[in-house]
Amino acid sequence: MHDDLLSIEHLTASFRIGDRYYAAVDDVSLTVRKNEILAIVGESGSGKSALAFSIMGLHTRAKIEGDVRLDGQSLTRLPPSKMNKLRGRDMGMIFQDSLSALNPLMIVGSQIEEALVLHRPGLSKKERKEKTIELLTQVGIAGPELAYEKFPHELSGGMRQRIVIAIAIANEPRLLIADEPTTALDVTIQLQILDLIRKLKSDIGAGVILITHDLGVVAEMADRVAVMYAGQIVEIASLSTLLSNPQHPYTRSLLRSIPASREPKSKLYVIQGIVPSLQHLPRQGCRFRSRIPWIDESAHEEQPEMHEIAPGHFVRCTCYKHFRFPGEEEIRHGAS
Amino acid sequence: MALLEVRQLKVHFPGRGGWFESRTQPVKAVDGVGFRIEEGQTYGLVGESGSGKTTTGRAIIGLNALTSGSVTFQGQELTLGKRGGKLNFRRDIQMIFQDPYSSLNPKKRLLDIVAEPLRNFERLSPLEEKQRVRELLERVGLSPDSIYKYPHEFSGGQRQRIGIARAIALKPKLIIADEPVSALDLSVQAQVLNFLREIQEEMKLSFLLISHDLGIIRHMCDRIGIMYKGRFVEQGTTEDLFERPQHIYTKRLLSAIPVMDPAKREEQLRFREAVNSEYKEAYERYFDHDGLAYPLKPISATHEVAAPEKG
Repeated sequence: MHDDLLSIEHLTASFRIGDRYYAAVDDVSLTVRKNEILAIVGESGSGKSALAFSIMGLHTRAKIEGDVRLDGQSLTRLPPSKMNKLRGRDMGMIFQDSLSALNPLMIVGSQIEEALVLHRPGLSKKERKEKTIELLTQVGIAGPELAYEKFPHELSGGMRQRIVIAIAIANEPRLLIADEPTTALDVTIQLQILDLIRKLKSDIGAGVILITHDLGVVAEMADRVAVMYAGQIVEIASLSTLLSNPQHPYTRSLLRSIPASREPKSKLYVIQGIVPSLQHLPRQGCRFRSRIPWIDESAHEEQPEMHEIAPGHFVRCTCYKHFRFPGEEEIRHGAS
Repeated sequence: MALLEVRQLKVHFPGRGGWFESRTQPVKAVDGVGFRIEEGQTYGLVGESGSGKTTTGRAIIGLNALTSGSVTFQGQELTLGKRGGKLNFRRDIQMIFQDPYSSLNPKKRLLDIVAEPLRNFERLSPLEEKQRVRELLERVGLSPDSIYKYPHEFSGGQRQRIGIARAIALKPKLIIADEPVSALDLSVQAQVLNFLREIQEEMKLSFLLISHDLGIIRHMCDRIGIMYKGRFVEQGTTEDLFERPQHIYTKRLLSAIPVMDPAKREEQLRFREAVNSEYKEAYERYFDHDGLAYPLKPISATHEVAAPEKG
């Protein structure tokens, strides 16, 4: 599509363990449009953070294959110096743990200014401070002059996360990547931070990649959702499609295991087995196969591919057609 | 008679600061909470970080000293006397900790971790002990052959089950579970929650479940207490609180739960705005001049609310 802001094609990020390379992100293709929130959901170890780091070019020891293009410009082959210019100016990142993302020895005001010093050398000292105060106001900090002088440990978790966001948006990036931005926060604070991200997205018209394991956050925020399992994307769809008509066995299982989705005190659905570790991933066939052993082997593809089953709705492997939960008799045929 | 009854529990920490670390106002982490847990039931303590829910749990089991108040277990006062009197209840009350990575000693084998409570309270021969640990591991769905393994060889969900095996080793009557699944992935979380409910039925256990996740609380609990700054703002059955919340803080907390239905997104946004403006407007009425909740007053047989002084 022509208004694609970010397009990722066959991105693979491999890490060396012993004398072999293992792909933590395996052949991922997706796009993010302007003014859109794309959520990437997956459990720990699914490769969602590794994907974010690969897009930002933050993996120093990974072998990266495939292509990442921001507004048509290829990022994977950029020299580090060029990448440094883009990072923080055109692409901002909101990290999960605000306490370790901020420098404990620097007042937060200077940490925000740092982003301005690096990317807008034209600004005078006074202008920088004004801009920083403006940013602090923009992320909803009451008393920005006071907050400017504070060290990270003097602020609460919600406030620190706002500082991290202020740094990420200091130069009005075109792409914002938020890696579990609210995981460490209380529900009421989480709500404020999510509201803020939503508002900033429409203010600066950025495309947002929201990485999370929390399906509640996804339901609140996303326009489209990509579900990751074991380094691969297994399903992409618009939010409403994904919630109302999920197809891949993994997506359906996940949605079934949320306590809120079930009757109180009923049994929650548990996915059998465990996520295989990077070294033990089956490199052949459907990666979810070992978690649904009651499904006939022939239901899986030999080389699972993404199938577009409806406009914009992609599902990996053919096993979704034959999937049923244990105890369900009927085999559902195909998808709507 | 309730299995556990907590009355007017207070835990204050001496504040230090200023010149030469002199004494200042104490931090009132828990400031007069009271609740009962009936046999075989699950009581949920909900609150945001810093509300004192964890301190309450730790005070009951004796990990934090009480400032005042009383805790009675099966009619027996736990807070009186020192060690001797307490030992017996230590068998009957066990704890499951939040973080399965830091609550298991990495240098110990599974056998030693799970057998530790047995060694403290029961005289078993090494052979009997091994047999018991094997049974316990099997009970929590781990291979009985893994008794010589170390914690790092297990995944997060498995580790949490090791913690549960340790907690149920002495066949306790009450388990205090402090955020037992918040460190776990969704699918593993479901597994542990199912498992907690299973052993509850099988062993007639009572739980004190401490969590900030309202979805889990709703799923697991019979009664719920909502804490704010060391005090209860509301207490009642799960239905009371989720269907008929009274206190403005409870309403605000409930409105912050993410909605899974995107069609209701707009509706929910409007609802939240309404609750938020009500919160701002009614804050003065619901909290005293220190921003603390008023004492609880019953509004039905099961439901208590920290009602404003007047009106």
